[in-house]
Amino acid sequence: MPVTLERVPGQEERVILSMGPQHPSTHGVLRLVLELDGETVVRAVYDIGYLHTGFEKSFERLTYSQDITLTDRMDYLAPLSNNLGFCLATEKLLDLEIPPKAQFIRVLLTELTRIQSHLVWLGTHAIDIGAMSVFLYCFREREDILRIFEMVSGQRMMTSYFRIGGLALEPPLGFAERVDKFIKKFPAKIDEYEGLLTRNPIWMVRTQGVGAIAADDAVAYGVSGPSLRGSGVKWDIRKAQPYSSYDKFNFDIPTRTEGDVYARYLVRLAEMRESVKIVRQALDGMPEGPIRANAPHIVLPERESMKTSIEALIYHFKIVTEGFHPPIGEVYQSIESPRGELGVYMVSDGSPRPFRCHVRAPSFANLQALPKIIEGRLIADVVACIGSIDVVLGEIDR
Amino acid sequence: MNPEAQSNPVVQRLQTLSPGAVEEAQIFRGELTLWTPPARLRSVAEALRDDPEFSFKYLSDLTALDHYPLEPRFETVYHLYSIEHRGRVRLKVRLSGDNPCVDSVVPVWPGAIAFEREVFDLFGIQFSGHPYLIRILLPDDWAGHPLRKDYPTEGYR
Repeated sequence: MPVTLERVPGQEERVILSMGPQHPSTHGVLRLVLELDGETVVRAVYDIGYLHTGFEKSFERLTYSQDITLTDRMDYLAPLSNNLGFCLATEKLLDLEIPPKAQFIRVLLTELTRIQSHLVWLGTHAIDIGAMSVFLYCFREREDILRIFEMVSGQRMMTSYFRIGGLALEPPLGFAERVDKFIKKFPAKIDEYEGLLTRNPIWMVRTQGVGAIAADDAVAYGVSGPSLRGSGVKWDIRKAQPYSSYDKFNFDIPTRTEGDVYARYLVRLAEMRESVKIVRQALDGMPEGPIRANAPHIVLPERESMKTSIEALIYHFKIVTEGFHPPIGEVYQSIESPRGELGVYMVSDGSPRPFRCHVRAPSFANLQALPKIIEGRLIADVVACIGSIDVVLGEIDR
Repeated sequence: MNPEAQSNPVVQRLQTLSPGAVEEAQIFRGELTLWTPPARLRSVAEALRDDPEFSFKYLSDLTALDHYPLEPRFETVYHLYSIEHRGRVRLKVRLSGDNPCVDSVVPVWPGAIAFEREVFDLFGIQFSGHPYLIRILLPDDWAGHPLRKDYPTEGYR
């Protein structure tokens, strides 16, 4: 066994327990090794790597456009956020201007991604703690969002809808109405979840004061996203370093100061309400115009123009067979994914394939805080704590 | 060092605080990159974290690059962020390909533990002073370090 805890001499009555990797509440394949004194966790370490697929190596042998399909599979609960991070990094490298309509649709869809990711989190987190029905309600609304994704991209989960330079396709007819219908009914659904949990005495006893982490510790361990904002640090990349025209939207950053499981729960629920506000503004203020940048050597031409224009045909052939050549250089682009700071570090050597593409996965850093917040607590709280930091093992192991 | 980078406030402040800490500086697409000698890494990291004008208290990312077959072969890359000043900086250290080793930044940013383990696992770079430097993503008995450029992506090794 690779990761283990050594017994402390003189403490032979303590139990070393291996929890996972196949455990329903680990949200993937996460293994924890716990040293227990009775029911209290004395020490904890985690073991990851069960889903390692070598994405970063694969990035280096595919072209930039082909790599987008890999990014979906990292954080499989937020595929569009991953698409966006990768595309923005490449576009920064290329110094490419994206048309406003494409930017707005990107914002709209990544906010829907945030909502559906938080819905999966809420459902599984509640089921971990024993509230069964919340799960069913959350997955009901999540399905509506996945149908919107299917409508635009043809895929429920592995969307690959954002492309370098814009979007893959124009959203189909009826897209705006579908989104409008969803965000009209969704705030009432959040009230429904809150009605089941927020003032529920069992929920409050299981989550309040459990798994608390101070703001300084959270920053030192690299925690970001809602887990950090639950500890009172008001840092959201959408506001701090706006990308994809987030500076044109009006929204708040919900924070709490308690830093416990309950605070992280409240922050995520408030974030869903903020996301609804952003989607509404994106829908109402949707600009007209093209959905792809005017860069024929990077963006694939329209299918129709290939039949009439020899240049379009040549560009299409070159992009598909060879790819495009970004300038030599390196960029780091971070976005606010549902879990925190998703950073893409892209290094180009001028060839059509990335020299190196590293993904800073938010869950990878957030997980480091887990041993810190479960040590000294009861083993029954461990499950609540794992759920509250909302890890996705796909992006941790990459 | 290009003149734009030379006049950057972060570079100038770091030069006054610890002369010779900045080997080279570069700005590309508005992002500042600093190179520091391996021996100075720990002190530069502490200055960047503790000086109130920097306060890079958040280690966003830590990774490495392999420039095989060039020498110095490896670079470790640190992406720092200041939540107060909303500023970013990229710090790099060049390492030779022969037994690469660099000081760990875990005493400065505890969040580096997992990131340094990942670099150790996938690049085979040693971090001296790291509390728990074992493989993190690959099995214990794995041979080689997959993100090195001389490690093939297909076929047999």
